[in-house]
Amino acid sequence: MRVDHTDPVPVVNDKPEEDVLLNKWAEQDYEFGFISNIEQDIVPKGLSEEVIRWISAHKEEPSWLLDWRLKAYRHWLTMPSPQWAHLEIPAIDFQNISYYAAPKANAKLNSLDELDPEIKSTYDKLGIPLEEQLILAGVAVDAVLDSVSVVTTYKEKLAEKGIIFCSFSEAVREHPELVRKHLGKVVPYTDNYYAALNSAVFSDGSFVYIPKGVRCPMELSTYFRINAAGTGQFERTLIVADDEAYVSYLEGCTAPKRDENQLHAAVVELVALNRSEIRYATVQNWYPGDANGIGGIYNFVTKRGICQGVSSKISWTQVETGSAITWKYPSVVLLGDRSTGEFYSVALAARAQQADTGTKMIHICKDTTRRIVSKGISAGRGQNAYRGLVKVRESATNARNYSQCDSLLMGDRCGAHTYPYFEINCPDAQVEHEATTSKIEEDLLYYCQQRGLPTEEAIALIVNGYAKEVLDKLPMEFAVEARKLLAISLEGSVG
Amino acid sequence: MLEIIDLHASVDDKPILKGLNLQIRPGEVHAIMGPNGSGKSTLSHVLAGRPGYDVRGSVRFNGQDLLDLAPEERAWAGLFLAFQYPVEIPGVSNTNFMRSALNQVRNQRGLSALEAGDFLKIMREKAALVQLDPSFLSRPVNLGFSGGEKKRNEIFQMAMLDPRLAILDETDSGLDIDALRIVAEGVQKLRREDNSFLVITHYQRLLDHLKPDIVHVLMDGKIIRTGDHTLALELEEKGYDWLKAKFV
Ligand SMILES: Nc1ncnc2c1ncn2[C@@H]1O[C@H](COP(=O)(O)OP(=O)(O)OP(=O)(O)O)[C@@H](O)[C@H]1O
Ligand SMILES: [Mg+2]
Repeated sequence: MRVDHTDPVPVVNDKPEEDVLLNKWAEQDYEFGFISNIEQDIVPKGLSEEVIRWISAHKEEPSWLLDWRLKAYRHWLTMPSPQWAHLEIPAIDFQNISYYAAPKANAKLNSLDELDPEIKSTYDKLGIPLEEQLILAGVAVDAVLDSVSVVTTYKEKLAEKGIIFCSFSEAVREHPELVRKHLGKVVPYTDNYYAALNSAVFSDGSFVYIPKGVRCPMELSTYFRINAAGTGQFERTLIVADDEAYVSYLEGCTAPKRDENQLHAAVVELVALNRSEIRYATVQNWYPGDANGIGGIYNFVTKRGICQGVSSKISWTQVETGSAITWKYPSVVLLGDRSTGEFYSVALAARAQQADTGTKMIHICKDTTRRIVSKGISAGRGQNAYRGLVKVRESATNARNYSQCDSLLMGDRCGAHTYPYFEINCPDAQVEHEATTSKIEEDLLYYCQQRGLPTEEAIALIVNGYAKEVLDKLPMEFAVEARKLLAISLEGSVG
Repeated sequence: MLEIIDLHASVDDKPILKGLNLQIRPGEVHAIMGPNGSGKSTLSHVLAGRPGYDVRGSVRFNGQDLLDLAPEERAWAGLFLAFQYPVEIPGVSNTNFMRSALNQVRNQRGLSALEAGDFLKIMREKAALVQLDPSFLSRPVNLGFSGGEKKRNEIFQMAMLDPRLAILDETDSGLDIDALRIVAEGVQKLRREDNSFLVITHYQRLLDHLKPDIVHVLMDGKIIRTGDHTLALELEEKGYDWLKAKFV
């Protein structure tokens, strides 16, 4: 066994202010900060069994689901909120949040023409064309506004192949047996504080089922948008890839600019059966708050996949540029023999943002492989922590685990921290961990400027180069989007 | 084109350039020679706007006060520096880098951004000019390039950006004999009546190819001698000591 890692000691940038350029992290306007004027059904603020019963009844759910929600809620009441992350989380008043907001008149739509024009224009502003004929390169979109799914495109075309891609609520109605079989199996409601909360109050999300032997012919994607004030968003996504199935899925997230903090506590569960593959990509651009840390989304998310079948594969790719606080560890449980888990991450913490992210990988069966590439970018007063847990059970002979974890610091008021944890119980495991911390060298910037690139463009170029290995994992159109996002998030940060 | 009057530059209170005067007219090729540590690279960086120097004096570049401009503004005005030690940019391909740079420079010069096809055409042309293998275009800028490859890449970038004044800081060092000829021929092809070159070198060989109009000797932060190309031959033969004895 080989363990090659740095101690879990914070690496803090303590260089003196050697380049003023990189220090002046001013606030850049958040492009997606508009508020849409949509009539909403909002449940009054507060959390109680009554609220949960109301949500469940409102969604006409079967009783087993209500029971499950209530169990989760009762369990949540017994849990303390997690304190172990490298985050300063202000106390959250859970009674001051509304747990359900939905655009009015959300009766089932027969076609896109029936969609509230204001909702449609919200998505147009986000650059998400809902008209199927406008959707380039075959991307099927599910759009979740606040608590509910507004529209799912391309459904019929997918249905021809037996693929189910719909809102979670619809899946509960139309495919209750599938939902019941998998819900909470990967992330049980007892898993952690925010997962328990989500299980009690989740309102909508996406559901995907790819039948045996089917390769999903297009990218599936969900756009999440928080619009209503004083609400939280608690969505749940469940993706099941049956034997030999393949699916690539992408989620994008934005929210309006508000001075209050809004809570987003999602749960994502992936199930990969024999020889199937799930690629899950996230481009997260929730409102990050301003330069002083006022406002912004608290993004507390539990994402986990289970490689249940032999030779199955789950790959997480995330580009996290938004949110005031991000707390997120997409993980893979390698249960099937010869299964593979991957985690590719770019996390940016600028302004006063805090990110504590990373991954957990649990090797249970033999010949399992895990690969991790994490690129942290800290700027302004941003704090970025990578936390990675590698667990190799006794049964997991011949496990291979490779992690690379790089941090890029811009200016001298930000921080990068790396916390690798290893629990290796099988002697033949090969575990490698490499960590680097670097700054953008002044000479690199000067070289780019000498070729005519202004500082901001030079930084965007350098940062995109730094993150390239991860960005290359995204589907083409989204990689372009993610590059722009990184550039925008760093704009106004220098000069 | 370029007029430098009484230029002083120091780093951490250590004076490096000590009252330097130099004038370059359009169409001219100037060479600067001088012992190690005499301030040649410092001069090129002060002209290109690298931060970290205390600078005094006056530098006019095509009617503008060069010292007032940011490094990228100097590039837009047509100044190019081929670095003695080119910098590596991980993850950014030569192609991407040049497209960003060229479109930025064009934009600043009032030209429209190039269509992808036009850009690729220009890039292939210029790569051919310095016989840069196209495989280098998709590789990250300078990453893992050999010393000579980096130098050749600098000249390629120069050809792409079409500067008014190009400063070549020891571009010949590290080039093999064929590469030296190729680079020199490339520079010859780029010569026009309205652009100029300032070539810093230690060796006669590059100057044989380039035939500079004027040769300067920089020593201890000042230009202590200016002549025609025969001055370079004289230096090759006698070294710098005779000048030191005479002038310092
Ligand atoms: N940042 C710096 N800090 C301290 N000293 C410096 C710095 N930059 C340059 N110098 C010094 O200034 C002097 C001139 O350096 P410069 O690089 O300009 O020389 P050069 O003429 O280009 O030499 P070479 O022929 O070896 O390339 C040297 O003595 C060098 O050590
Ligand atoms: Mg030098």
